[in-house]
Amino acid sequence: MTGMTKQYPGCLANDQVALTVGRNQIHALLGENGAGKSTLVKAIYGVVKPDAGTIVWDGQPVTIQNPGHAQRLGIGMVFQHFSLFEALTVTENIALGLANASERAGLRERIVRISTEYGLPLDPDRVVHDLSVGERQRIEIVRCLLQNPKLLIMDEPTSVLTPSEVQKLFVTLRRLAAEGCSILYISHKLEEVRSLCSVATIMRLGRNVAECAPAEKTVKELAEIMIAMDLNAPTPRPAQTEAAPPRLILDKLTIRSPNHFGTDLRDISLTVRGGEILGIAGIAGNGQTELMDALSGEILAGKPESVRIDGLPAGHLGPHERRRARGCFVPEERNGHGAVTTMTLAENAFLSAFLRGALVRFGIIDARRTHAFADDIIKAFDVRTTGPKAQARSLSGGNLQKFLVGREVLQNPSVLVINQPTWGVDAGAALAIHEAIMALAQAGAAVVIISQDLDEIFVLADRIAVIAGGRLSEPVPTREATIESIGRLMGGTGQQPLGEQPVHA
Amino acid sequence: MTELLVAFLVSTIAAATPLLLAATGELVVERVGVLNLGVEGMMLAGAIAAFATANVTGVTSLGVLAGLVAGIALALLFAVISLTLQANQTATGLALTIFGRGFSALVGAGFVGIPAPTLPKLHFPVLSEIPVLGPVVFGHDILVYLSLAILALVAWCIRATHLGLILRAVGDSHDAAHALGYPVVKIRYAAVAFGGALAGLAGAYMSLAYTPLWAQDMTAGRGWVAVALVTFAAWRPFWLLIGAWFFGALMYLSLYIQALGVPIPSAFLSAVPYIGTVVVLVLISRDARRIRLHRPAMLGRPFQARA
Repeated sequence: MTGMTKQYPGCLANDQVALTVGRNQIHALLGENGAGKSTLVKAIYGVVKPDAGTIVWDGQPVTIQNPGHAQRLGIGMVFQHFSLFEALTVTENIALGLANASERAGLRERIVRISTEYGLPLDPDRVVHDLSVGERQRIEIVRCLLQNPKLLIMDEPTSVLTPSEVQKLFVTLRRLAAEGCSILYISHKLEEVRSLCSVATIMRLGRNVAECAPAEKTVKELAEIMIAMDLNAPTPRPAQTEAAPPRLILDKLTIRSPNHFGTDLRDISLTVRGGEILGIAGIAGNGQTELMDALSGEILAGKPESVRIDGLPAGHLGPHERRRARGCFVPEERNGHGAVTTMTLAENAFLSAFLRGALVRFGIIDARRTHAFADDIIKAFDVRTTGPKAQARSLSGGNLQKFLVGREVLQNPSVLVINQPTWGVDAGAALAIHEAIMALAQAGAAVVIISQDLDEIFVLADRIAVIAGGRLSEPVPTREATIESIGRLMGGTGQQPLGEQPVHA
Repeated sequence: MTELLVAFLVSTIAAATPLLLAATGELVVERVGVLNLGVEGMMLAGAIAAFATANVTGVTSLGVLAGLVAGIALALLFAVISLTLQANQTATGLALTIFGRGFSALVGAGFVGIPAPTLPKLHFPVLSEIPVLGPVVFGHDILVYLSLAILALVAWCIRATHLGLILRAVGDSHDAAHALGYPVVKIRYAAVAFGGALAGLAGAYMSLAYTPLWAQDMTAGRGWVAVALVTFAAWRPFWLLIGAWFFGALMYLSLYIQALGVPIPSAFLSAVPYIGTVVVLVLISRDARRIRLHRPAMLGRPFQARA
C-alpha cells in the first residue's frame, strides 16, 4: 500500500504511509502508541476508510469496503481486544464469522482438525467466558485460519500470554508463514519482533520512518528509532535496608469473588516495607483482579486486621478511607475503571485526588487548583494531550496510563498498588512509568505491582511473589529468582481446582 | 366438577394468550439488547386499531391485521428515537407507553360501549367434540394457536438456527457483532418491529376476543406484566409459557372467588393475579446469578458504530 492518509478530527493518524508485505513473510509493524499502527491495519482490514492512498493486493489495486470484503480477499485479522461473544460457545463464535451456510457445514469437526493441526488446543463446546485469555486468542486465530487467509494481521498478540504460550504461538506463526501465508505482526515487544520477524516497518507520528531487518538491530536501536530519542535503561536502585518499617501488611486475606467466574482469594499474607517494590506475577484470571479490588477497597475484607496500611487496620474501609490513609491505586482497566472516559483530564484528576490534593473548599470544587494539579501531571509525565480540558477518551492508551499513574504518584502515597502498569503501553511511556514507580519507592513508599509481564517484574521488583489459583506464593528476592522458577509457579498451579495442586516443598 | 375444570382451563389459556404474545415479542427485543418498555402502549394501540377496523369494516381478520400494523408503527417510532437518534431506551419506552395510552383513548373515544365482531372460535370436526380435551385444546380462536406456534418458533429459532445465533450475538456484544460485519442497527430494528407486531396482536386479542369491547386502558397493565415475565423467565421462552399460564390461572380464580361472593374487596382480588405472578416469578428466579448469566449483556445499551 502506498500514500495511505487518514485524517481524524484533531490529528493526522496516518500521513502518506507506505507498506509492502511480501509472501511468506512475517512482517513487523512497530511504533509507539498513537504512532498510527492500528489505524493503518484497520484500513487494510476495511474497518476505517482512508482519505487518500491506494492498496494493491496481489498486483491489483483494491478499495476495501468492509471487513467482509477483506475476508473475501483473504485478509484475516486478530484484534488486540478480541471481538468475542462471552455467552456463546467456541463453535458459535466462529460460526458467526462465517457468512455462508456452506462454510458452516461440519464446522465443529473442522475446528477440531485445524486446532490440533496447528497446535492450538480448543474445546469447541466450551462457553467463552470460562476461557483464559490465551484460549480466547486461539479462537480468533482458528477463526481466521478457517478462511485460508493469505494475509494474517495480528495486533499485539502476545501482550496477554504467558512465556510458554508465546513460544507455542510463534511455532504456529512460523508454520503458517512457511505454508505461504503472510503475517503482519504488530507488537511493542522488540525482543519478540527480533526473533520472529524478517522485516520490520517502524512508524512514528503517523509516518513510516524506517524499514529494517530486526534481527540485525539491537532492541535498544529499534526502540530509539521508534521514539526518536536515546533510551537509557532505568538505573538499578541501591539495595534496601531491612530496617524500614512495614507499610502494607496483608494477614490471611480470604475473599470470595463477587464475580461468578472470578477467583476466590485464599489466605493471602504479605508484608511490604517502605522503599520496597513487590512484584506479583501470574497468569491472567488467577485472582489478580480480586486482589487489586481487595487492596483498593472495592471489595471489603471480612476482618479489618487483614489489610493494614501504615499500621491502620483497613480491611473494612472503602477506597476513600484508604486514600485518606495514604494508599493510592491504579486499576488494570484504564477506560471506565481508572478513568471516566467522557470526562476531562482535570475532572478525572479530581475524582481520585480531591482528598489528598485538597481540591475541595467548603464542599465546592476548587477549579483552579484542580486544573493546576492536572496540568502538573501532564507536565511531569509528558502526557501528550491538548491540556487538562481534553476528554480522557481522546488520549491514546499509553498517554492515558501515564496520566493515571501520574495522578496517583503525585499524591505522594505511602502505599501504591498498580495492576498491569504498562499494559498496551509503548516503550517510551513504559520507561517513564517505571522510573516514576522507582522514584516513589526511593522516597520511601511501599509499592505493589501486579503484572503479567515478567520482564517488567524482574526490572522493577525487589521481591517477587506469584499468584495462582487465588493463593500467593512466598515472595523471593529478585536476584535469587529466575524466569524459569517463576514460570513454574505461574503455570504449575494455575487454573486448577484446589486439591489437585501439587504440594510445594 | 368437570365443567368447572374445563371453564378454568379454557379461561386460563385465554387470559394467558395476550401476555404470551407480548412477552414473546419483548423476549426477542431484549435478546438483541434492546429494552422496550413501551409494550403496554403498543398493546393499547393494537387494541384500538383492531377494534376500530373490525367495527368499521365488519371483518375481524382485517382488525387483527390493523392491530399488528399499529404495534409495528409504534415500535418503529421507538426504534427511530432510541436506535437511530440514540435516546435513552428506558425513557423512550416509558414515553411510548404514555403516548400509546393517550392516543388509544383519543381515537377510541367514539368506540366506547359499541360492539364489534368477535374473533370466531375454531371448530375442528370430531376433535372439538371430545369431552374436556375438545374445548380445552381444540376450542380456541386462531390467535391462541398462533401465540403458541410463535413461541415454539421463537424458541427453536433462538436455540438452533443461525439467525437465532446472530440475534444472541448482537445482544451479547454489539461491538463484536459489528466488527464481524453484522448490521447491528438493522437487526435491532427488525427485532423491535417484531416485538411491536406481537404486542399489537396481543392488543387485538384483548379487544376482539378476550373482552370484545373497547374500554380505555383495557390492557390493564398486562404489557408491564409481559416485560416482567421476560426478566423473571431469565430470557428463556419456555418459562414465559409457565408464567403466562400461571397469570391466567390466577385471573380466573380471582374472578371465580368474586363470583362466589366471598367477602374480599374486589379491588384486592383484581390485583391478585398481578401480585401473585410477580411473587411466584421472583421465587422462581431467586437465584440472581442465573438472571445475570442469561441477561443479554448489551440490554439497554445504545450502539454507535465507531468510525
